[in-house]
Amino acid sequence: MSESSPLPLFASSVDPGPSFADVLRRLAPHQLPGAGMDKPSTNDIPHGTTVVAIRFAGGVIMAGDRRATSGYQIASRRIEKVFAADDLSGVAIAGAAGPAIEMVKLFQVQLEHYEKVQGETLSLDGKANQLGQLVRANLPAALQGFAVVPLFAGFDTARKRGRVFSYDVTGGRYEELDFQGQGSGTVHARNWIKAGWREGLSADEAISLAIASLFAAADEDIATGGPDLVRRIFPTVAVIDGDGYRALGDDDVEARSQILLQGAERGGHES
Amino acid sequence: MSMPFYVSPEQVMKDRADYARKGIARGRSLVALECPAGVLIVADNPSRTLSKISEIYDRIAFAAVGKYNEFQMLRVAGVRHADMKGFSYSREDVSAKELANAYAQTLGQVFTHEMKPYEVELLVAEVGSPDDDHAEMYHVLYDGVVMDEQNYSVLGGQADQIIESLKEQYQPGMSLGDALKLGAKVLGSDGAPLTADQLEVALLDRSRPRRAFRRIKNDELTSLLG
Repeated sequence: MSESSPLPLFASSVDPGPSFADVLRRLAPHQLPGAGMDKPSTNDIPHGTTVVAIRFAGGVIMAGDRRATSGYQIASRRIEKVFAADDLSGVAIAGAAGPAIEMVKLFQVQLEHYEKVQGETLSLDGKANQLGQLVRANLPAALQGFAVVPLFAGFDTARKRGRVFSYDVTGGRYEELDFQGQGSGTVHARNWIKAGWREGLSADEAISLAIASLFAAADEDIATGGPDLVRRIFPTVAVIDGDGYRALGDDDVEARSQILLQGAERGGHES
Repeated sequence: MSMPFYVSPEQVMKDRADYARKGIARGRSLVALECPAGVLIVADNPSRTLSKISEIYDRIAFAAVGKYNEFQMLRVAGVRHADMKGFSYSREDVSAKELANAYAQTLGQVFTHEMKPYEVELLVAEVGSPDDDHAEMYHVLYDGVVMDEQNYSVLGGQADQIIESLKEQYQPGMSLGDALKLGAKVLGSDGAPLTADQLEVALLDRSRPRRAFRRIKNDELTSLLG
């Protein structure tokens, strides 16, 4: 890189190409998610909990509860865990909230940067792989207790359908056929989805299933937040289909939650 | 040991400027026009795939004339610079003015210190948010001179003639279609406007909430050209 220029110009042998993460690695490695996190692990940092992604007839639904916990404390009641990655895909996070949000921010810039430099968008598989590489780059921090495990979902314009991908802390990428969850309440959420999922669900049915599954998770898992009727805090829900990514408004999610809370999903009474 | 011939600094700079100007004059021109819809950039470019106009950031576009590989490298450097800044600080902190200054410094350095100057002219344009009618256009020359231009900006070898025509025909408040027709007309020769397949067109569309840049092509381009 030329030392006198205020612009990041690279010699062709070290040019980072269309990857923004590689530009960052060259110019400001301390800004990479997870950089410098080499102290012994602690439970006192905020962790995000349960997120789900569900495929329906025209695309995918992503949803997440709003709680973050530090050990046995509630760190946040209103954290957002579902984000647009670009126009046609979304990413939902579970794990150490700070590095996870940094990773989402980097991933968003990574996709847009590629699009601007190359003049075309990545395929959905390409995006999923990129996220896997960011997760893998976070492995040293993950081993210190700052694990980030996202879910990625989007509308595949070539195959004309929604697709869901999950990851492990090493960056391993797994495509799911129909749905997946991530975070502490996943087992409960996933069982609820499993009981209600069928091929050809409509968007509305899949949204209801997602909200109900998060309610089921909150019912059983202390780290997952349920609908908060007093403060009017409800899950984050986004629909991704051929028209793009759109987050549902709070009022919409509230109305859908209220209907569910009157039905069978209330879960009955235990002594 | 032989002594090199003495060449005065004036002569060196003049030779470099002539060299760069000749390179730029060989290429085709482009114009940028402010209109209520945003900033419209119209380039004489018959290529379907090699662009002269592109997106840098949310509200910022880049356009260039001259040597393709050189402005391509500068364009990518601009995208990297803007994305780095937006990532480290905030998206609002990325501005066309700062980017134009960075380009000016780079071009100026190369012009004075390297054997060969860049044979390019650049335009960095920015529009405000939907409820704010400001627009900025910075025209950066091969030697690092920056000009802050209003209403219209012209880049390329035939700039002088085109500016003369625009002085007479440009009107603030022109519709998008009228601005496009004017652009196609002033870029054409002998009164024959350029046609859709000879043009590359993009708009920094003020009404779009985040990423303002969009290309105008195919059916939309044909219908706007009327």
